Amino acid sequence: MENTIQTVPQNWYLLLSAFLFCIGVMGVLMRRNAIIILMCIELMLNSVNLLLVSFSAYNGNSDGQVFVFFIMVVAAAEVAVGLALLMSIYRNVASTDINVLNKLKW
Amino acid sequence: MNTLIYTTALGLFCMMAEVFNLRKLMIPFILAGLTAIFYANIADWNHSGDVVLYGINMSHMVKVDHFSVAFSGLSILLAAFIFILSHDYYKNEQHHLSDYLSILLFILCGALVLFSFNNMAMLFLGIEIVSISLYIMAGSRRFDVRSNEAGFKYFLLGSFASGFLLLGIALIYGTSGSFYMQQISNYAMSGNVSPLFYLGMLLMLMAMLFKVAAVPFHFWSPDVYEGAPALVTALMSTLVKVAVFAAFYRLMLFCFTGTFAYAQQILALVAAATIILGNAVALSQQNVKRLLAYSGISHAGYMLLTLLSINGGNAAALFFYGTTYALATLGIFALAIPVFASMRSEQVDAFNGLGKKHPLMAAMLTIGMLSLAGIPPFAGFLGKYYIFSEAIISGQVTLTFIAIINSIIGVYYYFKIILAMYTKPANESIPEPTPAFWLVAGVCVAGGIILGIFPNSLITLLQ
Repeated sequence: MENTIQTVPQNWYLLLSAFLFCIGVMGVLMRRNAIIILMCIELMLNSVNLLLVSFSAYNGNSDGQVFVFFIMVVAAAEVAVGLALLMSIYRNVASTDINVLNKLKW
Repeated sequence: MNTLIYTTALGLFCMMAEVFNLRKLMIPFILAGLTAIFYANIADWNHSGDVVLYGINMSHMVKVDHFSVAFSGLSILLAAFIFILSHDYYKNEQHHLSDYLSILLFILCGALVLFSFNNMAMLFLGIEIVSISLYIMAGSRRFDVRSNEAGFKYFLLGSFASGFLLLGIALIYGTSGSFYMQQISNYAMSGNVSPLFYLGMLLMLMAMLFKVAAVPFHFWSPDVYEGAPALVTALMSTLVKVAVFAAFYRLMLFCFTGTFAYAQQILALVAAATIILGNAVALSQQNVKRLLAYSGISHAGYMLLTLLSINGGNAAALFFYGTTYALATLGIFALAIPVFASMRSEQVDAFNGLGKKHPLMAAMLTIGMLSLAGIPPFAGFLGKYYIFSEAIISGQVTLTFIAIINSIIGVYYYFKIILAMYTKPANESIPEPTPAFWLVAGVCVAGGIILGIFPNSLITLLQ
């Protein structure tokens, strides 16, 4: 199992995770549709999961893999809450564009 | 550890109480439960060594020490105040009462985790328990667009920051090989530290600064404070702020002492920016909740001063400052909520002429404001005094100077409300705080005065 993962150098995992994380960050910052922003946040969390699993394989202890489960559970809870909030916004303003969220400023 | 389990059980009980039609009993039961938990917490004061639960050694996950017991006691007290207020605040929303109360209890659980974590997993879980519960509570007025907006903004920005926190934890795990604080600390002090570790530390620092609403990551806080229901704002600006600060302090103390020199410059810069910007923007605010949000930002800046050097005195100063700040803010909210309700407005104008309509309320509000502004003989002054003297001892003279200048500027915007109360003409509607609001406000204001005169019992607790 360790050998299979370690056929790819660790830096490649690091680069791939960094790349995925940056896609997520750019998506959150640039997209205006709330659902796509939610997906981008998930992408950020999943890139961290990938990183943790690869570190766990290379460090030779399983803590990182257990931590991934925590992240998955928390991410699921977070998305459930986020979608519920989005539903109540949609009922009130009939849009999922975050530009309508402009009642509170300065 | 016991306190955490009991609080969780109490939260679960509240969720089930709805099913068994025990709605009327809930708040007295919670208050009795919190009293018991408070005593269970005090019993942990002399507890040292491993935390063992059902034969399993949990000391790699949580660590009970004086710091965690003191902060847990404070947060249980603040939560009890919030529950006393919630009885009258949620009078017209009885059908959601059990949901609200159980979520509030889960926020307390998250805070208790944050005070005693000994592992990155617990830090992450604590922050997420607090945050996810707060997203729900901030958006809990479902038919109010402003509350929806506050909840969703908080959710998007909060989970974005959690992503950075996780990346930081992952990088630290990758370089040090563990989530356990002791091992990370040993690695950081080993002298042979990988650059990725510094990157991880900076990412974690960024996420924590976001959670305490420090400049430049403060922009969510005024919007969320304004849009959220007033009681939730009171909770966010007292219990949650203190909890996240305690976690931040614990993280720096137990994890990053070896690499602290790298964080120090950044933290000093952030503290200066937070104090200056928080005060400057608060000057022009007309909405009271927004004003208190900016005041909270500037107080976060003062509390950041305690993170600039790691020694024992700082923990005591942070605890004392957190207590005085939380008591004063909660006292102000307990009096402002009835004013908001009777005037149907959250602007500074709502307080016009309160000095004539209700002299006692106005006097208590004034004491709260003066304590926040740091005027002697109230406790806020001593809190600032301890923090500034610790900062000078650790050599941050310029920063302390900036902080003192800004705390003088800060007096102006607190006086804006005081002047509105005593010099502006009154209008007809008279606010009528219920006994619960009087009780909480009275205890908070009295606490502010007593701590200002006899600070020793609290300041020596952590020294």
